[in-house]
Amino acid sequence: MLRLASALLAGAMIIAPHARAYAQATPPPEAVVIGLTYDPGTKPGVLVLRVPGANGDSIRSILQNDFDNGDRINVIAKDGGGFPDSPTAGRNGNYQLYAQLGAHAIVQVTPTATGLHIAVHNVAQAKVARVRDFPLDGAPDSREWRMSLHAISDELELWITGVRGIAATRIAFVQGARNGRLYVIDSDGAFPTPVGNESGVMSPSWHPKGTHIAFSVIGSRGCCQIYVADLASSTSRQLAVGTGLNSTPVFAPDGAVIVYTHGEESGTDLFATTAFDRGPTRRITVGRGTDNTTPTFSPDGRKLAFTSGRLGRPEIYISDADGTNPELLTSYNFGDQNYRANPDWSPDGRLIAFQSILPGAQFQLNTISLRDRSVKALTSDGSNEDASWAPDSRHLIFSSTRTGTKQLFVIDSESGRWRQLTRNGGVRLPAWSPPLKR
Amino acid sequence: MHRVTRALALSVVATVALAGCRRKPEPAPAPVQTTPVSNPAPTPPPPACDAACEEAKRRAADEERRRLAEAARGSLTATIYFDYDRSDITDDARTKLDAKVPVLTQNTGIRIRIAGHTDSRGSDEYNLALGQRRAAAAKRYLTDRGIDAGRIEIVSFGEERPACTSEDESCWSRNRRDEFEITVGEITAVQTSSSVR
Repeated sequence: MLRLASALLAGAMIIAPHARAYAQATPPPEAVVIGLTYDPGTKPGVLVLRVPGANGDSIRSILQNDFDNGDRINVIAKDGGGFPDSPTAGRNGNYQLYAQLGAHAIVQVTPTATGLHIAVHNVAQAKVARVRDFPLDGAPDSREWRMSLHAISDELELWITGVRGIAATRIAFVQGARNGRLYVIDSDGAFPTPVGNESGVMSPSWHPKGTHIAFSVIGSRGCCQIYVADLASSTSRQLAVGTGLNSTPVFAPDGAVIVYTHGEESGTDLFATTAFDRGPTRRITVGRGTDNTTPTFSPDGRKLAFTSGRLGRPEIYISDADGTNPELLTSYNFGDQNYRANPDWSPDGRLIAFQSILPGAQFQLNTISLRDRSVKALTSDGSNEDASWAPDSRHLIFSSTRTGTKQLFVIDSESGRWRQLTRNGGVRLPAWSPPLKR
Repeated sequence: MHRVTRALALSVVATVALAGCRRKPEPAPAPVQTTPVSNPAPTPPPPACDAACEEAKRRAADEERRRLAEAARGSLTATIYFDYDRSDITDDARTKLDAKVPVLTQNTGIRIRIAGHTDSRGSDEYNLALGQRRAAAAKRYLTDRGIDAGRIEIVSFGEERPACTSEDESCWSRNRRDEFEITVGEITAVQTSSSVR
């Protein structure tokens, strides 16, 4: 037992003697931004010039769409009608025309032999602020090509707003209400792609490097076994965690440990094991016959949030990553009829999203602040479930019935603006990837 | 304590059956309720039974045994139901579980699987755990009454295998259930009057 514990300690999950702040330190801006000045709280206007070449229209519309989806840029569309094709500097310069449209920055894209040459103009300073050559992978309009273009969008968003975009990401989800299969789809809804051959897939969850997806499979003999899919080969491997119920796997931030739900006659509890070899399993929660499930890690790996029914109804708890110091996170009043479940910890560590339902009502999404435990409602329309944060800690993917059948939607938690990602019904349990390309 | 409760329950059931009324309609009657019926049908006194008559008697006895085995199977595999977000054994479920105990006791070669299910409300993932808790509750009820734990496997399907799919209480209540399946063995021993103590 001691050996088991010390092996785990020596391994991936190192438990600090004292808890620190949950949030990771915000990294310093890695790139020099282009020095725009605009009012705080407003979105800078960005005009993407028409792109020459065979795929110019496609390139331009992907960049514009990514900027729009990021909710940090106001995309300005202006074409033709005698409007200049590009800004000119100097005494007879025309930057003023762009300024009148509300453009703070102009993105000028020129195709090259290997990719794109991009210049970003600062309109107020009437000059080019930054240029770079970017490679493009694969054939035009292929999955790889679009992903490398999304990575360019994210970099340009960093130049312009100081915050990297989230376009170069994908979302894993389950397609099919019964005997569902694992899919990934680009953040803009392109290329829904099956992964592996398993049917009965539930609860996909990304490796922190975006290379693997862990999920559970419910079979004819009930729930569930855990698998890890390798996205490079689209093959999956069963995790050796024994019989019984094994569900809701999540990777620890170090990528080496998986925490999951294991159920027996004595209840369901969280357990940990190694993700890529046949390591030992270790109990985390001690639920004494209650349900403890749907774990989510704090970004520093020191804490876990999870759903527990130990008070009779499901509520959100947090504990240290080894299961010690469990604490009720969501407020509970005696006689409370609420039902709160499925926490997801934001990548910046500040918020936990969860779903709650009142008797006779439908599931709605909320966030709770780790700092002051204030709760904010994200949704009110339809049944909304399974929230998963984007890497920017601002957008979330979730499933909703707001337009009829259950579909996936993206919501901006700051503005409440949402968009529909999928068009085929019967999708659920989405999980937003980490950044997949830079 | 359990033995006392069970003896009491059995005698109550027998009394009710003899009275021949006020019995809740069941899809398959419990075997104990059928035995008294055969008692008041005494074999008619000789003239002696010829070969055809003996054959008929044997057929009748086989038929009766088959019918009792079917009834016992019905009791053993009868579905039990739960309240919303609960795994407590209800009074109705208790009656059904009590009827399974003698079948398991007399047919020691039988193993069963209990599958816990939930309604479509609640989180898909939390419902997997709730289904597990419901299956575990029924297993605990049976093992507390002397059934070997090794004979009972439990699984959960959460809300993934509904019995019906409409979104209203009448359907939800049919989905909050434990299903019982015989995984090993057959019912050979059936309840007779002598086995009712």
